[in-house]
Amino acid sequence: MSDIHTSHDGASHGSHKSYIIGLVLSIVLTLLAFGVVMLGDFSTTTMIVTIIVMAVLQIMVQLILFMHLELKTQQGRESGGFFFFTLVILSLIVGGSLWIMHHLRLNLM
Amino acid sequence: MATDTIKQHDAHAQDGHEHHDASAMKVFGFWVYLMSDLVIFGILFATFGVLAKATAGGPTSQEIFDLPFVMVETFLLLISSFTFGLAVLAQNAGDRGAVLKWLAVTFLLGAGFISMEIYEFYSLISEGAGPDRSAFLSAFFTLVGTHGLHVTFGLIWIAIMFVQISRRGLDSVTKSRMLCLSLFWHFLDIVWVCVFTFVYLMGAM
Repeated sequence: MSDIHTSHDGASHGSHKSYIIGLVLSIVLTLLAFGVVMLGDFSTTTMIVTIIVMAVLQIMVQLILFMHLELKTQQGRESGGFFFFTLVILSLIVGGSLWIMHHLRLNLM
Repeated sequence: MATDTIKQHDAHAQDGHEHHDASAMKVFGFWVYLMSDLVIFGILFATFGVLAKATAGGPTSQEIFDLPFVMVETFLLLISSFTFGLAVLAQNAGDRGAVLKWLAVTFLLGAGFISMEIYEFYSLISEGAGPDRSAFLSAFFTLVGTHGLHVTFGLIWIAIMFVQISRRGLDSVTKSRMLCLSLFWHFLDIVWVCVFTFVYLMGAM
């Protein structure tokens, strides 16, 4: 009952255990991120680094434990490859926009 | 390439699941759609990042963001992601009643999230901090509103799945639809993690 693994189509759909671990980890990571900004008396750099690390960890928790992105199966590798390709595009768009607009602002001042 | 993939899937489909290939291809196609959606959100995040300080003398992010409120919203969406997972597990176990129960719980949690977001937008606009006030607020409403619109369509989809499963039961068609919907719902949770991190938490500093 508590451990249902249906892997007939190459992708595990998880078990109660993996969803509960994912929920607990997500709640802890969310509380840490909000806590460091709302309660903590930290420097801005410390807060920014902490909440970004928490966000990356939480995204990984959700991808692996909720969406079951795993690179062991053929289908998982195809999805994963597409995901990493999208990350490259995103880093170009987001990083490039912020970089260019930041320098534009510096040049205009 | 595509035919190679299908052949490889055929080679693995020896356990009598004839709907396996079509279902796996559908889920992969939906994954490709989600990645293109991710690019849309990436562009909106980049726009927001560029305009975050362009307040035109209007309210700044420190003045309008209410972090405890956002934290409650976050937990509603997070727990709804978990309850949708339970619906998928119930479907794997073939328990129709449990699928419908968890779909209903997920719908209520998602509706709670959307209600809170509409309330937030309404109070911002009535305070004079609407999308027309500054570039910062335009970018904020576009980014958070696009996410809210996705959640709204997710709620419509959940309602449709509820009706479909209660009428025709669990079969291979509803199964692949539920898998796509679960990817969609978890994906919205991931986007929301980026929203509360980069918009609300960084804006409140």
